[in-house]
Amino acid sequence: MNRVLLKNRAAIPFDDLPITSYEMLGDIVAGPLFGTMRLVSLFGVPEVRPAGAVRLVALFAADAAGTLAVTSVRSERGATIPSLTPNLPVFHLFERQLWEEFGIAFDGHPWLKPVRYPHDAQTPRRIEEGYPYFAMEGEETHEVAVGPVHAGVIEPGHFRFLCDGERVNHLEIQLGYQHRGVEKLFRTGPLAAKSTLAESVSGDAAVAHATVHAGLCEALGDTTIPRRASMIRAIGLELERAGIHLGDLSALCNDIGYLPGTQMFAVMRTEIINTSLALCGSRFGRGLIVPGGVNYDIDEKKKERIASTVRRIRDNAGLLAASIFDNQSVLARFEKTGTVDTATAREIGLVGPAGRASGLSCDIRLTHPTDAYATVPFIKTLLQNGEGKAAMGGDVYARAFIRHQEIQDSLRYILELVPLLETARDGVIAPVAAPRPGMIAFSLTEGWRGETLHAAVTGGEGEARRYYVKDASFHNWFGLALAVRDNGVSDFPLCNKSFNLSYCGFDL
Amino acid sequence: MVFRLLRARWRHGWQAVPDPVTAQVDPMFRGFPEIAKEGTLTADTVSLCPAGALSVNPVAIDLGRCHLCGACSRVANSPIRLTSRHHLGQTKRDALIVTAGTTFEEYHARAEKGRDEIRRLFGRSLKLRSVSAAGCNACEMELNATTNANFDMLRYGIDIVASPRHADGVIVTGPVSANMADALEDTWNATPSPKLLILMGACAISGGLFASSPALDRRFLSGRAPDIYIPGCPSHPLTVVNAILNYLGRGL
Repeated sequence: MNRVLLKNRAAIPFDDLPITSYEMLGDIVAGPLFGTMRLVSLFGVPEVRPAGAVRLVALFAADAAGTLAVTSVRSERGATIPSLTPNLPVFHLFERQLWEEFGIAFDGHPWLKPVRYPHDAQTPRRIEEGYPYFAMEGEETHEVAVGPVHAGVIEPGHFRFLCDGERVNHLEIQLGYQHRGVEKLFRTGPLAAKSTLAESVSGDAAVAHATVHAGLCEALGDTTIPRRASMIRAIGLELERAGIHLGDLSALCNDIGYLPGTQMFAVMRTEIINTSLALCGSRFGRGLIVPGGVNYDIDEKKKERIASTVRRIRDNAGLLAASIFDNQSVLARFEKTGTVDTATAREIGLVGPAGRASGLSCDIRLTHPTDAYATVPFIKTLLQNGEGKAAMGGDVYARAFIRHQEIQDSLRYILELVPLLETARDGVIAPVAAPRPGMIAFSLTEGWRGETLHAAVTGGEGEARRYYVKDASFHNWFGLALAVRDNGVSDFPLCNKSFNLSYCGFDL
Repeated sequence: MVFRLLRARWRHGWQAVPDPVTAQVDPMFRGFPEIAKEGTLTADTVSLCPAGALSVNPVAIDLGRCHLCGACSRVANSPIRLTSRHHLGQTKRDALIVTAGTTFEEYHARAEKGRDEIRRLFGRSLKLRSVSAAGCNACEMELNATTNANFDMLRYGIDIVASPRHADGVIVTGPVSANMADALEDTWNATPSPKLLILMGACAISGGLFASSPALDRRFLSGRAPDIYIPGCPSHPLTVVNAILNYLGRGL
């Protein structure tokens, strides 16, 4: 068939990309022949010649087989293509993005609206002119508008609730306020020197984005990193995951007024991120990951520091979580709030903990492992029947419980890796060869939010002529919009925090 | 059930940083950069800086741009050493420039206190409104952390409030995207005078990594004199607390 199979963190010559029809992309996702393929991404790459030509590159994943598949479609700026969204909602945001970036119109798309108002948008509308919201009419209906500046200390975005009394009929989320032109900045200067920029794509997932970027540089330069570095990367990633999940459990407790949970989880988060600080000088793991390996080694003293803190927090977080997840007043707010069922989650392509809470088995660490995950398998706790079912119920409870479970799994994995460092004394950094010219490469990592993708196309000198970033939030924002349907407006903060999505990771 | 909670509370113990003014951070922290006297920088080292914070003549680091990534200090024979000193706040833009031989004490002495009226009004109660203008959520999370049980900035009467109408100042994070320019301006205008303008993080102070991006619109800052600059990427919560306390005359 017209697609090339490849592994995670692989590069192939751009000219080897197969060409197919746009319609075929839908068949790969939904057709009887390829029922197991999932759309990971669809993005445009301007062709070198002729001017105006755009290659649409589609990346699919066969999770069970652990392979990726890539294919492409020839198009051009200003073209009109029949939309696949009406039948396959997973295409909805990708098509909007192509429309905004290249002016490619998708005929029959139900809501061809701006995505992030980039500075060089091909669509005429500017953010100040207002977003074309859906409207609802009726005697009892009203709208609640929130943002861009929110009441707390969080990033900006606009939420428009279409309500019938207290009940939310639909939430429309308009983003774009955070747009900084990240992809363009990746294209100026040597790609391997962009670690700090990668860390800033979404500063709360700095280790994840830096790892994806480093993996991409290594794929383009055909470099293998030392085993020791691959373990330290995984320790950094899991510390980041545990830290954020602890912070989110704290915030979830705060949103329901359960203050012991708020304070104690927050303090545990401090201990975990201070361990990152002791490891690499930054509470957010900044400066740790670079192409070729890591900047900081773990000596005996650090090993002891990491293991003792991780052990203590694992026990304390487990104890506190146990006292929360059987507390009736907590359950009354968590259960059956903000539900996204499995079919919907699959249809819109949810990823990460939110996808897993809705019953999808998506986790790059298991399905497309790289670095330490490929040599030391990441094993998840198997939940007992009732517990397992509740943890996949797609509601706030499931998303909170999954966080608790992942904290335990991450910390256990760190404790597994720390003694193994002894067996890998091959240094922490290897020189990275310059990117090969004329290639396209993909790198995926399971950040704490979920699947994080960077892709690059190199030009004749090995420079990145296209750099593409997809944060896990890209799909999941729409999941949040669906989660709050039929819930009370006042449950929005709870639903929002249970997803905790990135604004800047989406707006780029 | 309640016993589990009590046990968790018992293990939680007492977590507040006893005195945020004198507290030290982990020696691994990348803080104030020392440049050896007579140290020189090569063009190669300068090109390593992702934010263009280094200059050759005179040899200097601009903490308004520096992301404290440490790349320049890892070069062989680098004259730059990042210490773990975290009191980095300043009140003037050019005070953020560290030249060869500048000691931490000299740097710290440059930070000025606010004028008498400001200290009288806000010295014991300062309410700030946070605006993230394309911040990457790292500075935002550190700003949130200043009010947690560890750092507890509220002990000094400093708090973050939900409306500009309740605020005595605006604390800006992020490089200010064009798409946030209007909202930032509106928030500032909705805050009653006298009011403080605080820039937190390298991005807010200079645009940071994004300074050259066409997607920014930093006109809000032209013609306005920020009261406090808080360097870092992100700024450590103790850096934030101390920068504000210094300004209020209650610092080190």
